[in-house]
Amino acid sequence: MSEVISVDRIRCDGHGLCAELLPELIDLDDWGYPLLRSGQVPHHLRDHAKRAVAACPVQALRLQTGVQAAGPSRRA
Amino acid sequence: MTDSVLWYAARGAGAVSLLLLTGVVALGVLAALRWRTSAWPRFLTVAFHRNLALLSITFLSLHIVTAVVDPYTSLGWSAALIPFSSSYRTFWLGLGVIAVDLLLAALLTSLVRGVIGHRTWRLIHWLAYACWPLALAHGLGTGSDSFSPWLFTIELACLGTVLLAVALRLLLQPAPLKPAAADVSIPDWADLGDVSAAATRQRR
Repeated sequence: MSEVISVDRIRCDGHGLCAELLPELIDLDDWGYPLLRSGQVPHHLRDHAKRAVAACPVQALRLQTGVQAAGPSRRA
Repeated sequence: MTDSVLWYAARGAGAVSLLLLTGVVALGVLAALRWRTSAWPRFLTVAFHRNLALLSITFLSLHIVTAVVDPYTSLGWSAALIPFSSSYRTFWLGLGVIAVDLLLAALLTSLVRGVIGHRTWRLIHWLAYACWPLALAHGLGTGSDSFSPWLFTIELACLGTVLLAVALRLLLQPAPLKPAAADVSIPDWADLGDVSAAATRQRR
């Protein structure tokens, strides 16, 4: 079952810990907010994704199983 | 002989707990500054805060167990969890018990943070600010030799560390989220002939 990582943009405060822990999937924009390269989490990055979700100080990251990725995220 | 071993253990574990808790509080206070370097990423501050907290709880357990089983104080286990219920140094020991209860609240809510939600977790985590001063006062008031030079030095160093962290937090601004003004491109349709005029237009 594939897993999908997503950001709750209302909750996100741009702490940037996720991009430090999961640089394979997450970049930061100029304002320090996360840009997901792809929501789909490859199997070998699963543990890193979990760690990034757990590290978010405001719990804005979610990891869900069996959901289709919403596509590459765009700048607001 | 056994008694004095327990007393030394309780005292030592108490002092170490205070030192570790001081580190936990300082890191927690400073985390909001979002400080980082290439060698010290932000997740390190947060992970260090958490791991140091877990380590301090280990030493705190040792402190509590050795104090409770020490026949001299004859505390009993309920005195370790219910504030002001001990006959031995009721007030000063009670402060330490409140600190433990607050720390347990912070620990348990952090373990189930995903379930209770961020707002509740944060509200309860704020109680940790009360935990540390109570622990410090407990150390000064309960300790049999709190005012011996080396123990008092530790207490002062802990106080100084937390005051310094709080001062830094209040004086320094968090690292800016927005890029420097020079990086922001101004659209060419914007008429900035007079900045104050532009500001007036924006306010309308």
